[in-house]
Amino acid sequence: MKLSVVNLSCRRGETRLFDALAFDLDAGESLHVCGANGSGKTTLLRFLCALSFPDEGEIFWNDQAIGHALCDYRSQLATLGHRDAIKEELTPIENLKLAALLSGGGFDLESALGALKRLGVPDGDDIFCRRLSQGQKRRVALARLLLLDRPLWILDEPCAALDPTATREVASMIDAHLSGGGIAVVASPSADAFPKARKLRLSASC
Amino acid sequence: MLRFIETVIRREFLLAFRRPADLISVLFFFIIASSLFPLGVWPRVDTWLQLAPGVLWVSALLATLLSLPHLFADDYRDGTLEQLVLGAYPLAFAVFGKLVAHWLVFGVSLALLAPVFAFQFDLPGHALWTLFLSLFVGTPALSSLGAIGAALTLGLRGGRVVLSLLVLPLYIPVLIFGAAAVEAALAGIDANAGISFLAALSLAGMFFTPPLIAAALHITME
Repeated sequence: MKLSVVNLSCRRGETRLFDALAFDLDAGESLHVCGANGSGKTTLLRFLCALSFPDEGEIFWNDQAIGHALCDYRSQLATLGHRDAIKEELTPIENLKLAALLSGGGFDLESALGALKRLGVPDGDDIFCRRLSQGQKRRVALARLLLLDRPLWILDEPCAALDPTATREVASMIDAHLSGGGIAVVASPSADAFPKARKLRLSASC
Repeated sequence: MLRFIETVIRREFLLAFRRPADLISVLFFFIIASSLFPLGVWPRVDTWLQLAPGVLWVSALLATLLSLPHLFADDYRDGTLEQLVLGAYPLAFAVFGKLVAHWLVFGVSLALLAPVFAFQFDLPGHALWTLFLSLFVGTPALSSLGAIGAALTLGLRGGRVVLSLLVLPLYIPVLIFGAAAVEAALAGIDANAGISFLAALSLAGMFFTPPLIAAALHITME
């Protein structure tokens, strides 16, 4: 299992966000993308999610360009974006169930309840996500990652809106994922959030 | 694949059930719009029968238009649309499921409601049946054509106005054949030609627009 990025470039108008970016990640490795606001962290992560496509450069999954096997690549992927992808009208469990079924897997109620419990999300038939706080919704989104059981995690500021306890839980989730042979790419503005990960510092230059 | 589409349909049903205000406001809009005509115009009873098919169909068109902005905008805002893109099957399948659900929730409700409120126009029984049938088979075309506009105007400021301008001209053929079918029933002629044409439009719309809609959504999200 290997994610490699070759010669990736992105421009926004006159600004060059990043140029000739390259890295390789093997099973069990993680990358921490850091940099100031507007330095292109989210843009890079969207390229890696195959949600948008770069001007130049290529992304390979197991030495195959992801553009050629998009569905295969996406079935390896679990992502967490800026937005939690949580339906406010549904309960946490219903959200997890839909996410699991729509991503093509089965749904196991026990493991979903376990994931919610691990992240400390209240659950019940009458607790709709509308009632949850921002941080609690984020935790539901993190529970989705645990449930989907995908080898490649791409997380955009996973700790946004989370309290210190939950932030530590995220770090231990990522560690467990890596020791299970997974790969993680995490974007976060703070430079020392994930000490074990390799760092990639983006700095926009004109 | 069928299970995937079924899951999307179930999801939309669940959301519509949890958020009944969307459907209720659309149905009330239809009731009020179609009831304003008898109050505004004050003609004799026989001219009413000539106006009724057009009035009811135009009201149904506008009511459908009102339901379109929710089709993708909510999923876009909370990020679930991105998760659908990253789902097990190409986005077009999810879009197809959403269209089917939109028709079942809004189109079928309008088709069921229209004959009830057509009583105020004193339509005879067989025309009521044709009205129901024409809306039942015609609303999938409204959902699918409207979804193209909803996808193209997603995330746009003032998108709702542009959406109306974009979609209403596309609705003209559906309106013509739908109202003509009801008029034919009123005149005692066989209405099957109009109904068949509506069914053809709907089938074509439901099966050919999802890839276009998915492409428009991909562009919006890039």
